[in-house]
Amino acid sequence: MSHLKTALFDFHKASGAKLVPFAGYEMPVQYPLGIAGEHTHVRTKAGIFDVSHMGQFSIIGDETVCKQLEQIVPIDLSLLKLNQSKYSYLMNDKGGIDDDLIVTKLEDRISIVLNAGCKHNDIKQIKTVFKQPAEFVLHDELSLIALQGPKAVSILESFIPGVSNLKFMNGGSFSFKDKSVYVTRSGYTGEDGFEVSIANELAQTFCETLLTNTDVAMIGLGARDSLRLEAGLCLYGHDLNPEISPIEADLVFGITKHRRETCDFIGGSVVKDHLTNGIKKKRVGIQPEGTIIARENAKVFKDDKEIGLVTSGGYGPSVSAAVAMGYVDFNCSEVGTSVELEVRGKKYPAKVCLLPFYKKSYAK
Amino acid sequence: MSEVKYSKKHEWVSVDGDVGTVGITKHATEQLGDIVFAEVPDAGKALTNGGEAAVVESVKAASDVYTPVTGEVVEGNAAIVAEPALINQDPEGKGWFFKIKITSPDELAALMSKADYDKFVEENPS
Repeated sequence: MSHLKTALFDFHKASGAKLVPFAGYEMPVQYPLGIAGEHTHVRTKAGIFDVSHMGQFSIIGDETVCKQLEQIVPIDLSLLKLNQSKYSYLMNDKGGIDDDLIVTKLEDRISIVLNAGCKHNDIKQIKTVFKQPAEFVLHDELSLIALQGPKAVSILESFIPGVSNLKFMNGGSFSFKDKSVYVTRSGYTGEDGFEVSIANELAQTFCETLLTNTDVAMIGLGARDSLRLEAGLCLYGHDLNPEISPIEADLVFGITKHRRETCDFIGGSVVKDHLTNGIKKKRVGIQPEGTIIARENAKVFKDDKEIGLVTSGGYGPSVSAAVAMGYVDFNCSEVGTSVELEVRGKKYPAKVCLLPFYKKSYAK
Repeated sequence: MSEVKYSKKHEWVSVDGDVGTVGITKHATEQLGDIVFAEVPDAGKALTNGGEAAVVESVKAASDVYTPVTGEVVEGNAAIVAEPALINQDPEGKGWFFKIKITSPDELAALMSKADYDKFVEENPS
């Protein structure tokens, strides 16, 4: 099977990227700088991520769009201000998460960024809840390019004036080379940064323009993974899947407060049960005590009893330590609980810990 | 002067008498990227040619290090366990993994010379 390519494919190759299959696309996992170097670059300067494989999806229509979408996305979309973004997810009837997403309210539409591997199924699921007419558009003509890091704001401002006025999780229309781009102040690295939705034919020029600033480097999926893990952020298909509820995933903030009472959405009865009667397992941070690295699928033990599984684990270059997250029995989920991680057949001590491992403040 | 031989799995072994010092090649370290964890075998451990002997981890993934010769481990390199970056800095020197008492010296003949290994890497880019 041949893999899909983003508009930046040739540019990645020319930049020395190592390309790997990811969610049906051939994507850069790292550039010559290397994963640890790229990771540190984003934490100290600014890095470009091609996230064009993600689905940029629009639902265009009248005021009924919000109410209909709310059946499957558990936030109160009518409370969203114009150009405001929110993290939430697509629910299924088992109370599980079919995808996690960012939704943004625009004047004539709701815009949603979906995970690459889920986007086609997501759209199918979203359409099932719509009884009144709306227009659905998956924007294959657009690229999505993130600029992340402490220097992202000053650098992007120098090429797209005005973006520095955006608050975190807010967006707006701006102009680059006399073409309209939509910029949100958001990202998935634990750093301040932006995501720029831009026409495919301008994507490479945009990257080349950003790279004229020597503080900017191209960053691959490898560093994206270590950055989001340090920031305690979930990766769909690993930390989240259709069998895990938002309560088990400790992502209740993706449900608007009053909707946690009503649970008037698909899978709401399961969520209500989890909120009222508690949960059996919970997503937690896990900090190995030594240098041992526990990766995805490492078993978690407490007093020789298997109590959970690591769903993301690796080395955190900015905390200079091994970091992990996973699901453990609820009665072992309290911060500070001593557990053991099984790596290559041997058990190593670790502690349940608070997420994130790495914290930075966003522009509020 | 000791003789250095190379395996297709990107290990090197430097032979001095009946003791071999084993590590991973510069090419292997370049493929792995920044190494953040290493595990080496304890002295006394019996290893068989081609078997798993040590572990090396980059940010991205864990990889096994195989022994290119059969024998008994004399010493694991504690320095790389304490400071895994040594493997990147000096893969064919201070970044060695373990010393092994070679019990089947005939196996060395099947390994490659430096020139043959360089050619092998060139012909088999990953």
